[in-house]
Amino acid sequence: MTAPPLPDGVVRRAVDGRDRLATRGDPVYGEPTDGDWRVWDAGRSKLGAMLELGMDTGLAGGESVLYLGAASGTTVSHVADFCGPTYAVEFAARPTRDLLAVAEDRPNLFPLLKDARKPETYAHVVESGLGALVQDVATRGQAAVALRNRRFLADDGRLLLAVKARSEDVTADPDAVFDAVREELTDGYEVLDSRPLSPFHDDHLGIVATPR
Amino acid sequence: MTDETDPAEEAWFAGLGPGDVDAAVSAVAEGTAEEPGDWPRLAVESGFAGSTEAYYDALHEATVEATRSAVAARERADDRQLVHAVRAMDDTERVANELAERLAEWAGTLFDDASPGVEGARELADREPTTPFEHRVVSLARRVTSLDEERADLRSFVERRAPAVAPNLSEMAGPVLAARLIALAGGLEDLAKKPAGTVQVLGAEDALFAHLAGRAPSPKHGIIFTHDYVRTTRPEDRGSAARALAGKLAIAARVDHYSGERRPEIHADLRERMEAIRARAEQ
Repeated sequence: MTAPPLPDGVVRRAVDGRDRLATRGDPVYGEPTDGDWRVWDAGRSKLGAMLELGMDTGLAGGESVLYLGAASGTTVSHVADFCGPTYAVEFAARPTRDLLAVAEDRPNLFPLLKDARKPETYAHVVESGLGALVQDVATRGQAAVALRNRRFLADDGRLLLAVKARSEDVTADPDAVFDAVREELTDGYEVLDSRPLSPFHDDHLGIVATPR
Repeated sequence: MTDETDPAEEAWFAGLGPGDVDAAVSAVAEGTAEEPGDWPRLAVESGFAGSTEAYYDALHEATVEATRSAVAARERADDRQLVHAVRAMDDTERVANELAERLAEWAGTLFDDASPGVEGARELADREPTTPFEHRVVSLARRVTSLDEERADLRSFVERRAPAVAPNLSEMAGPVLAARLIALAGGLEDLAKKPAGTVQVLGAEDALFAHLAGRAPSPKHGIIFTHDYVRTTRPEDRGSAARALAGKLAIAARVDHYSGERRPEIHADLRERMEAIRARAEQ
């Protein structure tokens, strides 16, 4: 089986002697760079880990994206490097301060201090028919958040979800949590692929799904 | 959506002129819509933007500005400032004690009568050094002393400000414990949304997770152990005392967040309840 192609604008490059993912843009968090290219560290980014593990994300590059749980903007800065209009939703004020600095130099990155569980508070800003919904929120009810935000996706769009088992229930077996999330997602999505994000992120599951 | 309603009516740019940045910022911050729309196309059709590129430029400006002011408003809120102050107070105390230990080690080699702790640093700071070594030791002692003064200033700041931020919580818990509870919860609103059982074990997360994993009994109290009602109650009644106190603290936090007015009843209720629990010891 050959790995699916990387999206346009994402490449593998040898940086510091290792083969790493990279995108082209202004450095954000002190990551290693090679000319215009800056390393996308799969250990610090769940979406990066999904690409590194060869999951077929369906991203071709240039699509419009809604990113839920943008935090300080580490991953979303890479997404904005190779995608089109990128809406970044984050609920905590402190990391959003850092996200603002990332968004300032990226005209296609739109930061929003909003609660991902309440899409009606940003549906007047975020456009419909998006190519991808990326979700990395550390809250209970991660499947419910994905279902509520389905309204933003195009019919052939992709949900790229990183499920954190410990956010759902610290005591439960991660596999049981993952099964429950996959099951709940089928209310609105068809799951195309799901894989543990180890060794980059423990107790996380990467899911690729499309609206049904 | 039906044909009669204008689909762009719910958009953030509805009714705005192109250069209307302030209004755009408040529309992004406060607007809502049930469903998203094809906003870039509608913006061009309605004449808000001359092109899709111009639309995205305006969107970028409005979202960055709206988010910047929303972040500033949240971070400058008084409860956030109180959280920083109480954390800084704890940090200065910890660092002053650490440095005082180092100082005592060093000073013991130069002065026969050096005493340990921050008190010892205070005495050393008043000496006149005679050798280069003593010079360094006395200088370090002065830093420790001024760090301890900063801690005291931060403490009186917390004691002054906590009652303004959370009057009921501060009266019930004392201003410093009130500030610590707010800090552990992440803010007054977060604390107000926590159930009493969570308030009871705030600060005992390690013990709580050990319990949830089946390795330990459930913790009876977290940071509220520092409250006299818990600490000075005999051990067999401490669980009851902690539960009663946490219940009223949770109510106090809610009153402070949602109304902000002082409620004498909840304080009287708690006093009564604590008297009943302590009366058990006399039976």
